[in-house]
Amino acid sequence: MTLQDNRRRRLSARLTRSPRTRLALLLSAPLLWLGLAYLGALTALLLTALWSTNAFTGAIERVWTLDNIRTVLTDSVYRTVTIRTIGVAALVTVLDAALALPVAFFMAKVARRRWQPLLVAGILLPLWASYLVKAYAWRSMFGGGGLIDWAGAPFGIGSPGYGLTATVCTLAYLWFPYMVLPIFAGLERLPDSLLEAAGDLGARPGRTIRTVVLPLVFPAVVAGSIFTFSLSLGDYVAVEIVGGTKQFLGNLVYDNIGAAGNQPLAAAVGLVPVVVMIVYLFLARRAGALENL
Amino acid sequence: MEFTRSLFRGTALSAVLLLAAACGTSSGDGSPAPGASGFTPPKIAQLAQLGAGEGAVAILAWPGYAENGTNDPAVNWVTPFEKQTGCKATVKTFGTSDEAVTLMKTGGYDVVSASGDASLRLIAAGDVAPVNTALIGNYADVTGFLKDQAWNSVGGQMYGVPHGWGANLLMYRTDKVDPAPTSWASVFTDAGTYAGKVTAYDSPIYIADAALFLMNTKPELGIKNPYALDAKQLAAAVDLLKAQKPNISEYWSDYLKEVQSFKSGNSVIGTTWQVIVNTATAEKAPVKAVLPAEGSTGWSDTWMVAAKSAHPNCAYQWLNWIVGPTANAQVAEYFGEAPANQKACALTTDKSFCETYHAGDAAYAAKIWYWSTPIPQCLDGRTDVTCTDYAAWTRAWTEIKG
Repeated sequence: MTLQDNRRRRLSARLTRSPRTRLALLLSAPLLWLGLAYLGALTALLLTALWSTNAFTGAIERVWTLDNIRTVLTDSVYRTVTIRTIGVAALVTVLDAALALPVAFFMAKVARRRWQPLLVAGILLPLWASYLVKAYAWRSMFGGGGLIDWAGAPFGIGSPGYGLTATVCTLAYLWFPYMVLPIFAGLERLPDSLLEAAGDLGARPGRTIRTVVLPLVFPAVVAGSIFTFSLSLGDYVAVEIVGGTKQFLGNLVYDNIGAAGNQPLAAAVGLVPVVVMIVYLFLARRAGALENL
Repeated sequence: MEFTRSLFRGTALSAVLLLAAACGTSSGDGSPAPGASGFTPPKIAQLAQLGAGEGAVAILAWPGYAENGTNDPAVNWVTPFEKQTGCKATVKTFGTSDEAVTLMKTGGYDVVSASGDASLRLIAAGDVAPVNTALIGNYADVTGFLKDQAWNSVGGQMYGVPHGWGANLLMYRTDKVDPAPTSWASVFTDAGTYAGKVTAYDSPIYIADAALFLMNTKPELGIKNPYALDAKQLAAAVDLLKAQKPNISEYWSDYLKEVQSFKSGNSVIGTTWQVIVNTATAEKAPVKAVLPAEGSTGWSDTWMVAAKSAHPNCAYQWLNWIVGPTANAQVAEYFGEAPANQKACALTTDKSFCETYHAGDAAYAAKIWYWSTPIPQCLDGRTDVTCTDYAAWTRAWTEIKG
């Protein structure tokens, strides 16, 4: 037996005896990553929001100030944009939930078993195409002489053009699969026997859905809404493409970093969706949705 | 899992402390306060003599300024440059001056085509170096009235080579807009005629376009220079732009987005550059552009060298190439502007090109309000008021877009 083998054996013996060291070695790398890359980035965001820039050169001046946060909280523009962004994110979520419920119910309870994988693949299929391609497809549909103009022409309806309607439609389309999948999974866990029992006790389909299906599937809807809501809240590319003159929180961040070069103000604006999401996740946790992810 | 939790807490805390320590308060690196071009730029040495090329150059340019044939195979003056100098060129384009200033701060670019609303900010921030014009052979042929101007030099020291100049135009769809517009009123006071189909440039500097219109239509406001607005004048310009907004289809900063929206008819009238008119016409969109009666804002661009350029010799070779008569003529015709090099006029395919664009016509050039950065010291010479600076314009622009 060589000296090296001996040393190895001693090390493994020590590790077997001490589970704490084992755990520390196992977890230190991912925790360090989480701490540095994730929380570190959030901290950097917060710190940057407390700096200012030289108005002329755009250079960052590292002097602590609350001006940016004050601007974001008191300037009416930021309030309008925040309300608009949250409103659109909520509308997209409601629209997606309303569309996804019947689709997921059909997939989980009505369609034959062997069709299920195909239906799931069908829902996931749009995710294979690039986000930009899909957003630009909506741009041309809403554009002058586009699909909506053409389809609406016999009824005298024209395209509403680029703006909030186009943004809501595009975002609802983009995030639809993220809503269908959790609801589908939630419905799969719902035993068929409950539906039969409700029927046996004389409940009509409408009542069964209202009193049995919806309460049981609600946490899954909230889980899906976390995706649709947070993705809409942070989106700025689709808004840039189909949003017309409308600004969202993401656009303000992008304009302040990319165009105005005002990183501190961008960071302050960036804190708004963070706060909104913390509140949302807190509410979702109370609805028991986090166990459904 | 008490242990995991405390380990996690410890990691998070040390990360926060590390960051806070690394970023602590410092009073900035002595960046100069804005002065009526009377600021002192940071001391940066200019290149003393040319050496061998480094084999690469990173170019930051307005769209249409550094074409390498990818947009149109026939339009290419980057490849010949690479062949002649051995400097492999990478080109990145930007849509607004603010974007250029921000990108220059990230480093990684050797040369930049800066307009007047970017150049002084770049100089003051120490992002660009003084240029030794003696090392640029073609500098001698640059039109005299472009040299040693307020936007490209400080204290008699040139910070780049002049490239070309031109005016922002008013573009319209010939099949949708009748009669043809002759005034900026078409996009301001009369914008309602084309409600929802008007477009405007997405940058705070567009406020100057509104100010220029007010300068002509509301003399009682006393605007003498669209880049020198006191609080009251800025408010008037902001009101004009807010009234314009309901009629806007979308704001543009990406020039291809404007081409596309004129092609589809989503926008039928709005501010533009000649290169956009050319691109849209090439794509069979029925558009035309005019220089309205009020005159216009415009640009006078300068090629500058990054202070921390990794390839200074290739950068100088690019400067020499791009203001050389051949390349300068090609850029001028493609982009639609007056070339800076006098000899370029003999090399344009359209022999009357320089006449059309008034190249070398100092009197005409003086009528265009070139983009420049608004600063507290009024650019029109007023000393009894403080003018609004660019930060105020940026805030106003966010407010206008709402």
